[in-house]
Amino acid sequence: MRQRVRPARRRAAALVAALAAGTLLLSGCSGSVFDPAATAAPTRAGDEVNGTVTVFAAASLTTVFTRLGKEFEVAHPGTTVSFSFAGSSDLVSQLTAGAPADVFASADEKNMTKAVGAGVIDGTTKDFATNVLAIAVPPGNPAHVTRFADLASPSVTTVVCAPQVPCGAATATVEKASGVTLTPVSQESSVTDVLGKVVSGEADAGIVYATDVKGAGAKVGSVPFPEASKTLNVYPLATVAHAPNPAGAKAFAAFVTGPAGRSALKAAGFGLP
Amino acid sequence: MSLRLGVPRWVIAVAALGAAFVVLPLVAMALRVDWAHFLPLIASPSAVDALLLSLRTSLLATLGCLVLGVPMAVVLARVPFAGQRVVRAIVLLPLVLPPVVGGLALLALYGRRGLLDGALNVAFSTPAVVIAQTFVALPFLVLSLEGALRSAGERYEAVAATLGARPSTVLFRVTLPLVLPAVVSGAILSFARALGEFGATLTFAGSLQGVTRTLPLEIYLQRETDPDAAVALSLVLVAVAIAVVAVAHGAGEGLRPWRARRPA
Repeated sequence: MRQRVRPARRRAAALVAALAAGTLLLSGCSGSVFDPAATAAPTRAGDEVNGTVTVFAAASLTTVFTRLGKEFEVAHPGTTVSFSFAGSSDLVSQLTAGAPADVFASADEKNMTKAVGAGVIDGTTKDFATNVLAIAVPPGNPAHVTRFADLASPSVTTVVCAPQVPCGAATATVEKASGVTLTPVSQESSVTDVLGKVVSGEADAGIVYATDVKGAGAKVGSVPFPEASKTLNVYPLATVAHAPNPAGAKAFAAFVTGPAGRSALKAAGFGLP
Repeated sequence: MSLRLGVPRWVIAVAALGAAFVVLPLVAMALRVDWAHFLPLIASPSAVDALLLSLRTSLLATLGCLVLGVPMAVVLARVPFAGQRVVRAIVLLPLVLPPVVGGLALLALYGRRGLLDGALNVAFSTPAVVIAQTFVALPFLVLSLEGALRSAGERYEAVAATLGARPSTVLFRVTLPLVLPAVVSGAILSFARALGEFGATLTFAGSLQGVTRTLPLEIYLQRETDPDAAVALSLVLVAVAIAVVAVAHGAGEGLRPWRARRPA
């Protein structure tokens, strides 16, 4: 539950910061400094990276992006990275409603497509990470789950995401592709809730992401899940149109897709495209 | 009229502001409803299942609150004992506890790896929903009933006792009839709280259509894919809550003892 409370607080802080930045921008300098031509040529004023970079990122990126943000601040003195972590669909709604952000990192292509369609994205999007489903079991694997098909057994208490949310949609795809029909005791509305049920031992198995298993450390175990490769979840990233800090946006996006970002993502259990 | 004379105008103005503060967000939500598709949105099998489950579990939870809460209120109001203040504070704890924390606490006791070692075996079942709802709703009944018992006083009970009535007779024939409106309004509050329960249920019971996915959980899930359906369902929840409160409040008025209706 800690994971769910924290991003909300950060979001509030980020919004306050972003609003303050946005107000300054509107009152002071509108046209000349943030001329699109200037930002399109990073060799000019774009190199000057400072101020607050506001990043809207999918909740599953909380740990790794928080770390990357600190590294970015060290690499670019004078910058502050402010995060808002939430479900990708919530973030798109906020962006569409005009929330000031510099970078948007989505947990799936669907929500990025939505953002592009709404005209809130500037330039192209870049896939920077992938994630696959994983089977999480409580420590000691009490139900002796050894493979995906075991989860269909009535004696195994299985918890999954509801099909309405991305992890549930991916689970349904794997079920279909592998011919295994699960009978879950609960279809949770977020992957965090699935993980929580496994960590507490209420469930014998839960379908989460590989990064969730990695992030939970010794609190859960996992079971080989070759069928999961049928659904590769791709994380795209883009800079936001009318970003309050376009230079910072470009720099942070480059940082995530660069060597520092790649190694941090890999360490967190993400795949690299 | 006599009442209005005694109330300063600014109080009425602020009260109106307060009413607007509560009502306007709901009006704004109602304006968002896609009325053309309202019926199909709320009549989907998952929505109907969720509504029926919510009504069923909330009624059971209210019953649980009455069975456990009436004796609790009577003891707190009538039996002086050491540490009463502390006990009352603890009993009211679910009122201030974030529901998610309540759910975690329930897990720690009833969970498979909880203190009871999963003896009740309620994980992911409808009884788990009822337990969660009873847990969060109980303080509402205890609080309102205890207050009513204190202000009703013990005079009639003392008379009944001197006339030879046994304690149980006094309780059922004198004490409870005197505070019946408070019992009813406490039960309504508990029902309303149970109906809106979300966090503890999500943490403790899970979410499965027809088994543990109550209306608030269904609304939360629908919001992911179909915000229109979520808004429509929210409105249904509001309507059900208003209907229940109105009906039960009317019933409560009718039950008011003669003492209260007599002009002062």
